[in-house]
Amino acid sequence: MAVVFQKTKMLTDTPFHYCPGCTHGIAHRLVAECLEELGAEGKCVGVAPVGCAVFAYNYFNCDMQEASHGRAPAVATGIKRVAPENLVFAYQGDGDLASIGMAEIVHAAMRGEKITVIFINNTIYGMTGGQMAPTTLIGEKATTCIYGRDPEKNGNPVKMCEMLATLTGPAYIERVALFDAAHVRAAKKAIKKAFTYQKENKGFTFIEVLSSCPTNWGMAPEQAIQFVKNEMQAFYPLGVYKDTEVKD
Amino acid sequence: MKELMKGNEAIAEAAIRGGCRAFFGYPITPQNEIPEYMSWRLFEVGGTFVQAESEVASINMIYGACGAGARAMTSSSSPGISLMQEGISYICCAEIPCVLVNMVRGGPGLGGIQPAQGDYFQATKGGGHGDYHMIVFGPQGVQECVDLMYNAFDLAEKYRIPVMMLGDGMLGQIMEPVELPPMKDVSKLEKKAWATDGTGVGKNRRIVNSLLIEPDKLEAHIKHLEEKYAEIAKNETLYEEYMTDDAEIVLTAYGTVARIGKSAVHMLREKGIKAGLLRPITLYPFPSDAFLKTAQKDSVKKFVCMELSSGQMIEDVKLATHMLKPVEFFGRNGGNVMTPEDIVDFITKEA
Ligand SMILES: Cc1ncc(C[n+]2csc(CCOP(=O)(O)OP(=O)(O)O)c2C)c(N)n1
Ligand code: SF4
Ligand SMILES: [Mg+2]
Repeated sequence: MAVVFQKTKMLTDTPFHYCPGCTHGIAHRLVAECLEELGAEGKCVGVAPVGCAVFAYNYFNCDMQEASHGRAPAVATGIKRVAPENLVFAYQGDGDLASIGMAEIVHAAMRGEKITVIFINNTIYGMTGGQMAPTTLIGEKATTCIYGRDPEKNGNPVKMCEMLATLTGPAYIERVALFDAAHVRAAKKAIKKAFTYQKENKGFTFIEVLSSCPTNWGMAPEQAIQFVKNEMQAFYPLGVYKDTEVKD
Repeated sequence: MKELMKGNEAIAEAAIRGGCRAFFGYPITPQNEIPEYMSWRLFEVGGTFVQAESEVASINMIYGACGAGARAMTSSSSPGISLMQEGISYICCAEIPCVLVNMVRGGPGLGGIQPAQGDYFQATKGGGHGDYHMIVFGPQGVQECVDLMYNAFDLAEKYRIPVMMLGDGMLGQIMEPVELPPMKDVSKLEKKAWATDGTGVGKNRRIVNSLLIEPDKLEAHIKHLEEKYAEIAKNETLYEEYMTDDAEIVLTAYGTVARIGKSAVHMLREKGIKAGLLRPITLYPFPSDAFLKTAQKDSVKKFVCMELSSGQMIEDVKLATHMLKPVEFFGRNGGNVMTPEDIVDFITKEA
């Protein structure tokens, strides 16, 4: 029988532990497919975060390191510097990357480390049970802002792509989303471009993925997808924020 | 041929000759000569250097680089080492070999920049969260720094454990003649089967990790670490006995204080006081057997533990000697260093 579709060999057979309707799993698959298509099998190392994706080391079919909370870009820097021939990626949540790990991500980007960072923005601390994240939208409820995020009390959300795009080190920065098939395809294209740039030694590459957390948002999966499409996208516009190959 | 070298630079050169090919660090006095030296020297030998954004980042770069199988090191001083503790705990759990230098300065807080030994507890008892230890050396001079550093990577890799050089500001700054060993051939080093060098796929995937979420698995892992530490204690414990054969008063100290103590031993003997000195070289594992044997000698009347702190190693001395003989304490603090005369005064007043 002809095989018409096969799971990418850059994912292991371990079933994902993610909640129904969570888009972490789709993001994993896109990363793995890109690695396979770029021939990175046996030539790459991934770094897992502390967050819901902590077990990413069980899912990617490559050498993996599990970093401490927020430090994945530093760990990836160490890995890449001593073996530059490998494709190296860090996979991080928004609490991990934009709160506790803000210094590490900014400095890895500033230095232009030749790594690819996949940034899963779900506007919430998923793993610890739904506390406010640096990316939580104004008015959005979380367990540490139960009436909705109030900038007076809770501060304002951060836009990572826009911020990192002001730096010289990054070669490619794009924000993508996974709320329908067309956007999933676009996201894959972006991730592949980031890895390609890394392969070509162009600099630091960063893909922000607007992702869902139905469990902590208290929503059904379909409702959560609509939240990404409507609320999140309005504040976090999709698009390319930096591309050193396009001169303007 | 001997060369005159500053402690910090000698440590850096010895590390490179011992196979170090990557350095990640953040500036702090009194160890800046180490990163400064590494920043140009490593590129001469095909290595890499990153001035990290913080000590938090440095130690995590070490996690990545050494987890990928490289010989990498960082150095810092007390406040910076405090910042690294979470990372060191992860490294110890994930069993990543690496080399760390702490040129200890006065604390707590921002403290001072003069020599101190107040980080003994932090270095020898773990320092970060959870049950773990590192191998900790307390070298007494520049040549000993070089000798210990030269083989530190081999030792770290043999047991998959961090090795820390616990120095102090004085050790880093003094210049002494040193004999430098030849360059080790890093291309001949054995490949580390567990390291994430990028080639892993399927069953051969390597995972560097410190998460063991099932209690039985974590307990078994900690048991494994305990067994490793016992093995290290059996094989790698180092100490020096200095004129202790007939000694009645046994001074004990590590690092630069031990050298000051040796001068005091001679001065005391000139006064007819039979003094000797027992010097731990490994602070972890602590040379407990040597201390117990010394305490059991009829000739030994008491121990005097000398430290640049409020008294930290003295706890290990008391435990190791089973308090068979009195253990007195003579310390200076805040960056002040005792002279041999101070020690002689302390002992003759006591006697
Ligand atoms: C030093 C430290 N502080 C806090 C935690 C607890 N912690 C674990 S995951 C997490 C938040 C993760 O949120 P995010 O990065 O957004 O990932 P998500 O689960 O949403 O994918 C926190 C605070 C920790 N493990 N380590
Ligand atoms: S808690 Fe949220 S982010 Fe975590 S797996 Fe569930 S849905 Fe996904
Ligand atoms: Mg999150």
